[in-house]
Amino acid sequence: MKRKISLLLLMIFIVFMNTANCFAESSPPQTGSAFPEIELPKPANPVDLNYLGLSGSGIFKVQQIKADVVIIEIFSMYCPYCQGEAPNINNLYTLIENNPAIKNKIKIVGIGINNSFFETDIFKKKYKVAFPLIPDGDFKLHKVIGEVRTPYFIVVKLKGGKKEVIYSKLGALGDNKAFLEQIIKLSELK
Amino acid sequence: MMKKISMMTVLFFCFFMQNAFALSDAYKNNIYNPGKLKPVDSILKVKVGEPAPDFSLKAVSGKTVSLKDYLGKKNVVISFVPAAWTPVCSDQWPGYNIIKEIFDVNDAVLLGITVDNIPTLYSWTNQMGKLWFEVLSDFWPHGAVAEKFGVLRSDGVAERAIFIIDKKGIIRYIDVHDINQRPALEIMVKEIEKLN
Repeated sequence: MKRKISLLLLMIFIVFMNTANCFAESSPPQTGSAFPEIELPKPANPVDLNYLGLSGSGIFKVQQIKADVVIIEIFSMYCPYCQGEAPNINNLYTLIENNPAIKNKIKIVGIGINNSFFETDIFKKKYKVAFPLIPDGDFKLHKVIGEVRTPYFIVVKLKGGKKEVIYSKLGALGDNKAFLEQIIKLSELK
Repeated sequence: MMKKISMMTVLFFCFFMQNAFALSDAYKNNIYNPGKLKPVDSILKVKVGEPAPDFSLKAVSGKTVSLKDYLGKKNVVISFVPAAWTPVCSDQWPGYNIIKEIFDVNDAVLLGITVDNIPTLYSWTNQMGKLWFEVLSDFWPHGAVAEKFGVLRSDGVAERAIFIIDKKGIIRYIDVHDINQRPALEIMVKEIEKLN
């Protein structure tokens, strides 16, 4: 009898945790909320590591990126819209890098959902992506951010030790100059 | 005791196995999720080292494609996927669509096959952008080619399977994959590279 009760309690606990987990994952990051502290694998490419202000191997968190603002593109190598959006994000990267006032302050990172390093590298080479692409092979980050569709953009303000989400939106960026102006304004970089 | 173990196993999978596929906004809310399926539900009828059975199927492009067309000319990679508008399948071919160079370098072509009819495949693959490879319909006689290879499941859809066939028409690699998972791209690419 005791064993039956224990089993029943365990089952209730698991179902409860699962339900709670589902609720926790049910919505994407809201603006004004804190970006979750999820561990991701560091890029092996030294250029990418240097861009993010990281060193060595192992794991890192978005909060550790050396920047005031981080633009995160949630994508997948297998996502047709992400493939179509790649040139636009490359242009955004160029706009930032060519502007001395914001270069080093705003960084871009792509996170490939259910992709391996092999797959994110294929995407990087195919579309000549200059910023780091990090795989989230086991959906670890994806589950925490509400299993959003792709491409999805989240902008996190890190300035002043914050990790505040200032932008969170599904779909293509559209006019990347207007997007960048919006991000500069939202992050109070000017 | 066995019942308890089974129950715990089910609960374990419910808790941990929450995979998300067909993430692209290209598909909006048009993907039907059949849930977790029996990983493999067929018995292979071909082996590595044997000649691949020939077939002719209509393609979305309007062509009729026969395996023998490639004999002595190209290596052939066949990607069977279960069905259009389902989660994992919709997240597989768009990736293959950006690695044409890997196929070209290895003198290989890709043939995608499902048991769906041409209009369904036309609508579905349109969401993936312009595909460089032929997409073939094994709709009628229903699943006949999948059956020849031994990858037709009991519910009438194909397995998620990859067959790599060399220029001599000999099968060099088979992966009848867990239908719920996308095959690892790096493994397929390594097997294609072994052909040369």
